[in-house]
Amino acid sequence: MSYTVLIVDDSKLARMSVARVLGTLYPAWKRIEAANAVEAVQQTKELAPDVALVDFNMPGKDGVTLAAELRALDPKLSVAVISANRQVEVIKRTEAAGATFLPKPLTESALAAFLTSTLSAHKAAPP
Amino acid sequence: MNAPILTDLQIDALTELVNLGVSNAATSLSELVREEVFLSVPRVSVVTRDQAIANLREHEAKRLVGVHQDFDGDIRGRALLIFPEVRSMELIRALVGAELPLDDIMELEQEALAETGNILLNGCLSTMANSLHRSLKISLPEVVHGDGTDFFAAMSNSDETVLFIYINFAVKQRDIQGFLAMILDLPSLVMLQKLLDGYIERSTGQSPTAGHVE
Repeated sequence: MSYTVLIVDDSKLARMSVARVLGTLYPAWKRIEAANAVEAVQQTKELAPDVALVDFNMPGKDGVTLAAELRALDPKLSVAVISANRQVEVIKRTEAAGATFLPKPLTESALAAFLTSTLSAHKAAPP
Repeated sequence: MNAPILTDLQIDALTELVNLGVSNAATSLSELVREEVFLSVPRVSVVTRDQAIANLREHEAKRLVGVHQDFDGDIRGRALLIFPEVRSMELIRALVGAELPLDDIMELEQEALAETGNILLNGCLSTMANSLHRSLKISLPEVVHGDGTDFFAAMSNSDETVLFIYINFAVKQRDIQGFLAMILDLPSLVMLQKLLDGYIERSTGQSPTAGHVE
C-alpha cells in the first residue's frame, strides 16, 4: 500500500533532508511539499495526504498550531512535528494537538517507528 | 558593496544549522529555568561588521549585558548571548531561585551569566561543528556590559564583511527577553561554502552543485 506524505518546512534544505529519509524508507510513496502553513492547508484540502511531517520553528504559524489545524481539517491525517527543540512544553503541546513529536535531525529509525505505529493504528499496516 | 554571495540553498543550510544549535541550546536553558523558552526563526544576513553593530543597536537601544565566546577553526567568529541590562537580574533569579537576597544575587551575576552563556553558546556551537564534521576551538565565556560597539570590540576591521545571524528568545513567564547573535568571519568564504555543501550533501543525499555561485 502506498501513502501520500506532506512535508512542511520553510527551509528547502530541511524539506529535501526529510524527503531523503522518507525516500530511503519508502521510495514508492508520494511526497508533496509545502513551504508554509497556508500552502500546507491548501495541499491538505486538495490532495488529502495520509501523513504530514511538520517543522516546528517556522515564520508566522508554528508547527504545533499548524498540526492542530491540519488535524481539525482531516481527523484521519497522521501528523508529526519535527524539531531540535525538545523542551517538555513543546512536546506536551505537540501531543495535545494530536500529533507525535520527532527529534531533529530526523533519523530513519524514528520516522519508521512513527509511520509504522500511526499507520497501523489508523489504517492498514504500511508495507 | 561587493558582498560575497552564498546560494539560497547554502543560506538555508546555514539557517538550519543555527536553528539546530539554538534549539538544542534552548532545550538546555529551559531545563535550567524550568520554563518554556520561545525562539524566533534565525535571520542570516551578509553585512559589514559596522552594519552588524548597527543592527544590534537598532534591535536593542538600551544598555545591554552579554556573554560572548569566540570560536576558531575552519570557520571563525564570535557568538553572543545578550539581554537588556535591566532583565539580567530576572535571569539570575530564574536560575538560582527568587529566595536569595539581592546582595547575593548581585554577587552571583557575573558567574551566573558566564555559566548560562557557556551552556547556551557551547551547546549551539558544538551542534554546528558536529553537523559540519569539523572541530572548533571555543574560548571561555566573557561577560561584557555596554552597547553593540562594546560587544565587537577587539575584533578586526570594521568594514570587513561578515555573516550576521540573529535569533530572539524569550522566557515569557519570567518576562525575560534577549537574543543570540553570531558573527561569522569570512576570511575563507570558499571553505564555508565547501563545508555547507558537504552538509547539504549529507542531509539531502544530493550534490548541491546546481546554481553554485562563486
